[in-house]
Amino acid sequence: MKKRIKIEDISKPSEKLSELRKEDFKPLPAPFDTPESTPDFAPLSEKSLESYESSLDDTIALSLPKPKDKAEEDELVAKFLSGLQKLFTKENNWTFLQPLVLSMDYCASCHTCSDACHIYEASGKNPIYRPAYRSEVFRRLYKKHVKSKGGLLQAWRDGEIELNWTTVARLAELSYRCNLCRRCAQTCPIGVDNALIAHEIRKLFSQEMGIAAKELHESGSVLQLKVGSSTGMNKAVVKDNIEFIDEDVSEMTGMTVETPWDKAGADVLLIHNAGEIMAWPMNPGAFAVIFESAGLSWTMSSEIAGYDSINYGVWYDDAQFARVAIKHAEAAKKLGVKKIVLGECGHAHKALTVIADRVLTGDLNIPRESAMVTLDDLIFSGRIKVDPSRNDFPVTLHDPCNLVRLMGIVEPQRRILRKIAPRFREMHPHGVDNYCCGGGSGFAIMSGHNFNDWRHQIAGRKKLEQILNAFKDELDPSIHKYICAPCSNCKGQIRDLITYYDLWEKHSILYDGLVELIVNCMTDVKPGFIEWEMH
Amino acid sequence: MAGSILLIVSYASVVVFLAAVLCRAVKISRMPIHLRWELYPVAHEKGRVSYGGSYLEEPDWWTKPRHQSLFGQLRVMIPEILFLAAVWEHNRKQWFRSFPFHIGLYLAAGLIGLLLLGGVATAAGFTVSPDAGLLAAALYHLTYLLGYAALGLGLIGAAALLARRTFETDYAEYTKKADYFNLVFFIVTFAVALAAHAVADPHFVVLRGYFARLVTFDFSSANSALAMPTGLSILEIALASILVAYIPLTHMSHFFIKWFTYHGVRWGDEPNMPGSKIEQQVNEVLQYPVSWSASHIRGDGKKTWADVATSGVEEEEDEK
Repeated sequence: MKKRIKIEDISKPSEKLSELRKEDFKPLPAPFDTPESTPDFAPLSEKSLESYESSLDDTIALSLPKPKDKAEEDELVAKFLSGLQKLFTKENNWTFLQPLVLSMDYCASCHTCSDACHIYEASGKNPIYRPAYRSEVFRRLYKKHVKSKGGLLQAWRDGEIELNWTTVARLAELSYRCNLCRRCAQTCPIGVDNALIAHEIRKLFSQEMGIAAKELHESGSVLQLKVGSSTGMNKAVVKDNIEFIDEDVSEMTGMTVETPWDKAGADVLLIHNAGEIMAWPMNPGAFAVIFESAGLSWTMSSEIAGYDSINYGVWYDDAQFARVAIKHAEAAKKLGVKKIVLGECGHAHKALTVIADRVLTGDLNIPRESAMVTLDDLIFSGRIKVDPSRNDFPVTLHDPCNLVRLMGIVEPQRRILRKIAPRFREMHPHGVDNYCCGGGSGFAIMSGHNFNDWRHQIAGRKKLEQILNAFKDELDPSIHKYICAPCSNCKGQIRDLITYYDLWEKHSILYDGLVELIVNCMTDVKPGFIEWEMH
Repeated sequence: MAGSILLIVSYASVVVFLAAVLCRAVKISRMPIHLRWELYPVAHEKGRVSYGGSYLEEPDWWTKPRHQSLFGQLRVMIPEILFLAAVWEHNRKQWFRSFPFHIGLYLAAGLIGLLLLGGVATAAGFTVSPDAGLLAAALYHLTYLLGYAALGLGLIGAAALLARRTFETDYAEYTKKADYFNLVFFIVTFAVALAAHAVADPHFVVLRGYFARLVTFDFSSANSALAMPTGLSILEIALASILVAYIPLTHMSHFFIKWFTYHGVRWGDEPNMPGSKIEQQVNEVLQYPVSWSASHIRGDGKKTWADVATSGVEEEEDEK
């Protein structure tokens, strides 16, 4: 029988609040239908257990060092409390105050959100992964320490909670057990948003206490603002890399491709997730082929952040988010382009198009468009000629949450796939009802300790199930199959899922973006752009 | 004397109800503009709502008119408000408990409307009875039929919700003592009201008389045409009045807060166009002072959001 965990248990010191056992996880379809058929969930090392806070569950996302003594614990708790109070002031949190207060004050605890959460479902309904668990802990802290002064009536009305270091440390980790996909929010009858609450908890830790996932902050937004990209590529390196890519792509396609840099007055500034340039070079290469072939007036920018669309701040820190968004807009402003087109990166789409919409004013408010829309327009206006028979293999589409549920860009990519991929089939559910790949909110780039196991066995489990089901009649390894994932982070997560479960070797399931599929069937380039090799 | 006190309680409950709703609505409305955080489908998106698309699917969307549909919004809002469509779709077991409760409350609101109408008619000298003409007879019969339906469904729903919150562990763990109190309050009110009508006022005549006094501010006990409530009826009116005042003081005020969560957040897709009111509001909030303490922000209560957003992390590090 599974252990029951109450809200107030989060404050009670123990070795672990919840245990993760493979046999509890939601069963997968064949051939992964027994616990033995999936990789083991590695235990945390002795060193990790000794050095870092790990009393939430069997993994670590944050690497939060253990305080040396009670005095340090108290100091951290006091900082948390100070951040909690700031989070509910308009000066410090105008960015999300209204949605946050609405979500804090009006939950009816009806649990309608629970079944929508892929993490809760995949874990075998582990009580601490219920979307409302984290929110309820935070809600009780807010009601006790911000809305009132505590007391018996307050506890009677809002429930018991104790604020101590155990609560704070577990809550910090727990805010990184949510992909921020907002599927739960979509089902809430009242409009309460548990993902927003997770987002705001992350912000409190980052903005007040300087606690954030290293991959998102130090090696993420900080590095991007310093050198131009979270990949570490500076201006010279990125230009070199793109030059190599242009050469490779020219050779593969038979077209002469040369990516324009810093072309003032171009119509379009194309910004990729720079991870594409490093990990999936054929993606920026394919964009160049399409844009050149269509005769677009376009350019890339070598300004700081102008060649890397990522904006990790959107997951944990408003200040970092705003800084990066402004850098993106400044790069476009400097070149005097008519619009920014965002390459295949979901969170970059949402960050710059939707969320930064209320940060960028005046001449920084340069129009932003999704590459899905630009590509759809190029193909259906006839500027790109395609031969769908070159894509005669099973294709399914992964919907990046940021692009679809959070931006409403649903049809352009489907219209393209229906035209260019004769064996396209949907995952179920799809579109705005899709499931997150499990890499959302930064998890795709987080793999410290044994977080990889958590990410693939829990966060990515539902997506794995969807992929297997989409290809269930063609799992034979002699049939090449393609998961189209038009988002860099989703692609990273899907690549890691494929590797973790050996899907390429066993079932010939490969992945890549949308532009690779387009170039693969363009009539004015040589056939065979997609190379059926695991990468 | 008792009648006068009862009338005062009822007036006070209406005042508290209106003041609490207004206070909450004003407080939320006065919060500053927030970053966009919409969630698709957005109901007013004309021609795209069926699959959850947005105007951002349009090439050069900023150069084109946006097409919004009030009908599309109503098509989502009406089933959501009247039938709790989201609960039906995503939490069917809960719907069978929650729907009777909510529909009971809606019918109770309808009952109050009919009683007000009947009260006004009575006060104006009309007779509301089965043999006083078609309209009066319809009002007479409709009032008690609606009344029993409201009280019965409300009682069943509240009892079912209480049972779930008591006996199902997942729910019990999230249920505060105040939540139990709230449900018991509803159950007692509905049960007392049903008992009052079963015993003393089967056709809601006494209640209509009470509403006639309410609308005419009639504190005198000399008006023999309007029977003063007694016994259980007094208890019914007192409990219902207190309940009306109590609801908007709690999280149950979600009945109108949903307007903000849906229209202000979930469907809040209004773009910031140059020279717009939104741009003006954004420029204002960017001047708010920041006091976040982390080293990459170092808010001192003087630096503004605009200062923070336009300074680099390297500058913050240099300051250290």
